[in-house]
Amino acid sequence: MVLELTYRCPLKCPWCNNPLNYGDFSKEELTTDEWKHVLREARRIGSLQLGFSGGEPLLRPDLEELMAEADGLGFYTNLITSGVGLTRKRLEALKKAGLKQIQISLQHSDPVINNAMVGVDSFEEKMEAIRHIKELGFPVVMNVPMSRFNIDTAGDMIDLCEKSGIEFLELVNLQYYNWALLNRAELLPSREQLEEAEEKVIKARERLGNAMTIYFVVPDYFDGRPKACMNGWGAIHMTIAPDGAVLPCQEARVIEGMEFPKVTEHDLGWIWHESPTFMKFRGNEWMKEPCQSCDEKEKDFGGCRCQSFVLTGDAANTDPACSKSEHFKIIESSVENARNRIGPGLPLVMRSRGSIGSDLKALRP
Amino acid sequence: MNVNVDNAPIKLSDRPVINPLYLFRWEEQEKAFLLLYPEGIIKLNDSAGQILNLCGGEKTLEEILIELKQIFSTEDIDSEDIDEDIYKFMEVAIAKGWVRIKA
Repeated sequence: MVLELTYRCPLKCPWCNNPLNYGDFSKEELTTDEWKHVLREARRIGSLQLGFSGGEPLLRPDLEELMAEADGLGFYTNLITSGVGLTRKRLEALKKAGLKQIQISLQHSDPVINNAMVGVDSFEEKMEAIRHIKELGFPVVMNVPMSRFNIDTAGDMIDLCEKSGIEFLELVNLQYYNWALLNRAELLPSREQLEEAEEKVIKARERLGNAMTIYFVVPDYFDGRPKACMNGWGAIHMTIAPDGAVLPCQEARVIEGMEFPKVTEHDLGWIWHESPTFMKFRGNEWMKEPCQSCDEKEKDFGGCRCQSFVLTGDAANTDPACSKSEHFKIIESSVENARNRIGPGLPLVMRSRGSIGSDLKALRP
Repeated sequence: MNVNVDNAPIKLSDRPVINPLYLFRWEEQEKAFLLLYPEGIIKLNDSAGQILNLCGGEKTLEEILIELKQIFSTEDIDSEDIDEDIYKFMEVAIAKGWVRIKA
């Protein structure tokens, strides 16, 4: 389970997976007591892994209090943070409250590029946070969201993590939803760039052995097979949005016409086990062709419902990242354009409140 | 004990301890010991759970073996076999990074 405590964030990443209209939810954040209630309910129905995310979860002054509650209930707790605002004092308080592990993001080993990508001077603060995190003995997952702008940093990032004593490095190619989809033409790397980065990862794995685990997640745009998104809808994961809406994945709000039940209005056990939203794409009864007769439907579950919706207009369609989808050309042409791109690009739309209106239909690629 | 200790990853005098990256605990709802770590959960079977439960860094492998034999021993199982099974499990646990030798 991931709790998105807030959509507020000091950074302006143009690939953010928060909704484009995140500002519309700003007055609806759950209170401390409401989040505590969520934690108790989630443990009752068997949830074990807990991520505190956002936005930037450190912007919630009650993070330490919620952490202590979660730890007391027996969750394995993870803080998913930009590192901005992660002072020594807060780290010590979080450690005392029972935080087990930290996932911190960095965009580039070059401070100038890093700061330009997120629209805020943050490199030094992130590096200082990493030093403190390691001094306090937390396991760290370094998360690098990869796009055309930073895929060249794979090798340097591996070195940086090695020097910092980081145990897990995730070089995660962007998933194209919300802000990332809006900026996709600029962000999508070419196949050649991807192959070059993957080669560096393979060499580093041989050199480093068990000292560091490097995940290299290839975007689903490139190999004609859809990802087994969330291991299936409503199978193992739920995200709870800042306003208490329960989502089968953090992107699910992009699916129009779907009601996401709120923890303030319904029992979490009912939401998970029985709500129409979680039942909607569970199992494979809902599938259309070519998924229904496909021998890979138990393997990839038809891909990602959100991607099907944003690119084809129907969440029940086969994920267009699948070469068997009649919409596969949408994916193919964007990859082709990434390869052919020359000259200066389009300006990036940086994440900011109110820069994109609530009515997004005109912007769908 | 039927193991070659010269080139083994763990010796009888070593004190195995669970890698601090992992959180090891009993989960009442699952009725099992779990290893929780950044990217996942391992649900341990009964014997694996019992073994790791003794890997707190205070006891030597020799002491752990003696204790486990009292837990697992039944009339129809040879205690040499138990030794070997436990030892093999420790090798796996070290190779997977669940357990380290305390310095």
